[in-house]
Amino acid sequence: MSIIIIGAGLAGLSAAVTLAQNGVSSNLISSMQSERAQSVMAEGGINACLNTMGEDDTVENHFEDTISSGMYLADAEAVRGMCAAAPGIVERLGSLGVPFSYNDKGIVQRSFGGQRKKRTAFVKSSTGKMLMTALIDETRKFEAQGLIKRYPNHCFIRLITEDNKCCGAVVRNTYTNRTVSLRGSVILASGGLNGLFDGMTTGTTQNTSDAAATVFSQGVELANLEMIQYHPTTIAIQGKRLLISEAARGEGGRLFINRNGKPWYFMEEKYPELKNLMPRDVVSAEMVQVAAMPECDSQVYLDMTAIEKNVWNERISDLREQCVHYLGIDPANKPIPVSPGIHFFMGGIRVDREHRTSMNGLYAAGECACQYHGANRLGGNSLLGAIYGGQIAAQTAMKEAADNTEEIIDIAEEPAEVSCGFARTVSEILYKALPILRKEEELIAAKEELNLLKSRAGNRAELNRLNLALAAVMSAIERRESRGAHKRTDYPDRDDVSFKKQSVAKISGDKIDISFKEIKGRRD
Amino acid sequence: MRITIKIKRQESREAEPYFQILVWDCDESTTVATLLREINAAVINDTSGEPVNEIAWECSCLQKKCGACAMVINGLPRLACDTKIGEIKSNRIIIEPLKKFPVVRDLIVDRSVLRENLLAIHNWLEREAVVNKKNTDLAYDASRCLQCGCCLEVCPNFTADDSFFSAAAFVPASRILSELPKRKKYEIVTEYKKHIYDGCGKSLSCHNICPAGIDVERKLSNSNSVAIWKRFFSKE
Repeated sequence: MSIIIIGAGLAGLSAAVTLAQNGVSSNLISSMQSERAQSVMAEGGINACLNTMGEDDTVENHFEDTISSGMYLADAEAVRGMCAAAPGIVERLGSLGVPFSYNDKGIVQRSFGGQRKKRTAFVKSSTGKMLMTALIDETRKFEAQGLIKRYPNHCFIRLITEDNKCCGAVVRNTYTNRTVSLRGSVILASGGLNGLFDGMTTGTTQNTSDAAATVFSQGVELANLEMIQYHPTTIAIQGKRLLISEAARGEGGRLFINRNGKPWYFMEEKYPELKNLMPRDVVSAEMVQVAAMPECDSQVYLDMTAIEKNVWNERISDLREQCVHYLGIDPANKPIPVSPGIHFFMGGIRVDREHRTSMNGLYAAGECACQYHGANRLGGNSLLGAIYGGQIAAQTAMKEAADNTEEIIDIAEEPAEVSCGFARTVSEILYKALPILRKEEELIAAKEELNLLKSRAGNRAELNRLNLALAAVMSAIERRESRGAHKRTDYPDRDDVSFKKQSVAKISGDKIDISFKEIKGRRD
Repeated sequence: MRITIKIKRQESREAEPYFQILVWDCDESTTVATLLREINAAVINDTSGEPVNEIAWECSCLQKKCGACAMVINGLPRLACDTKIGEIKSNRIIIEPLKKFPVVRDLIVDRSVLRENLLAIHNWLEREAVVNKKNTDLAYDASRCLQCGCCLEVCPNFTADDSFFSAAAFVPASRILSELPKRKKYEIVTEYKKHIYDGCGKSLSCHNICPAGIDVERKLSNSNSVAIWKRFFSKE
């Protein structure tokens, strides 16, 4: 039995290691080596109820915070499973040598957005990089045993399917242009849909969204595509947005805007319990609203000047260096200007509790999958969701996989890529239509513009990108309510009767269909 | 400012490399990464009137966290996303691929040997780690290695086809070695001596070249200390 994993970031590595621990071999496909994956950029930490901070935290608390900040759009049982597994996952990372800090009770944790307890384990603000290094080394151990075979510099071309069953994948070596087909079940761990907003997100250029767009075109269902997280504290730098980790606020940073010439700490005034650490959707929407008030300036600032020296040195020294490097401002001395930026995609490939997609033999995990985060993700749950999701996907794939003999066949196929210009055009339309506060007329205009672009799509990849973009806009049109990251000025209220459901996008022929389905744990 | 850019081009592994020269307007804060993206988005000719076809190069995070965009800029190995035109102090910019690896296309090189080398020295834990106050900082710093290959560019002892693996191996190895319990022998100890200690000329040319700012020299002395002298590394 051999399983194909597309993507060698955190979710992909987690799946590969889980398979290898069970003696199952995998082919690990990635466009670049693991050190280049977006997971290395994750900063603030990973959530788990370790209860090391004397706050009587419980797994149930973690579950409630996750579900409620996701506005009840995540599968409760799946979230319960993730939260229950979290302490074991973080302890295991410690035993893989991740240099967490320890107190006499165990791993030290920090405050993070949307959470009532200190529950986020961290290594300064380089947590993703630390986790990835540990898991890359662990993966290497199984590579040496022949259980994990890496295909670096390979991109995913398409699935091989027979009657709604996935039997393998076609991949291309981008260094040699050799294209081959591999047989076996497939776990997609291809990351978030950043390519839909080319150069406008905090993510990498490698998260093109092409893998999700391709499987969508092959009939796989996507869900909740309208749920796009704007992180409150980002800064525009060349070619992208730079994230200022939520750790900045977790360690005492405060948001303010000048109102009538005086600083107004609006989050503290409006939300006295969690203050600056409200869930990200709430903070970002507040920032947009205060900046639009006539008595306020248009710029929100993050004030970290009261953070003590030892906290800077021991917990967020790297965050400080980053501000000095990119902004020329030392945040210990001066507030920094921040604004919300696209950071995470809660929606993606629709999976059930066992991480099965709508196609047999195809599984998805990590940011490319729609699971755990509902309408808004908690900071610290993405690393956790990637590792846990990778494990579950691997376990399910392993159970269901047929014995297959490894077979590599050369295929003659011309590579098709989305051109820079086309990507940019699609991105500009989407960015205008899918801001923090959305309006129907803008969404409908975007849908029309995207439809008009169809004649300009030069190849299959561009058409797939366009269809994915259309599906996102159409999902946003159809969800006529406001929930989590999807806020509509024309439908400002939450409507549980009609919309406490997943928006599901499916393509048949040229037609994209959006429907709303119950949030079910098991696949239909 | 107006700059002259000289880029080394090579269409494939087998093709002959050549330099293409073009003139470009940008401001001092522009990074080489932005420059390459803008040139690729534009339709322009070089100084001899030939079209500038898309320049192949690798990038991912664009904020010096992933190491993808390492290349040689005016003679020094650097990350394109971390190199501003204004810092170069010349209006002539020469961009070349890293020279220690086989060229795939233009500025893309095949760095697979880095991964193979870490496999060859058994760079993984053979038991549960014990992270404590003594080795936390070391493990953190060693874990930051980007595997970009900049340190190898300047190393007089490293070539891609040789048995000496250089800093891109001994920095990650120092994380594993820092975990080493007394009197327990990991495979990595033997391999470390063969592939690092015996080949390193201690020129320390890798010092101060790491784009992540890792204290490379300290990692070497830490690892030598554990693997060769059989004692725990000196305190940071």
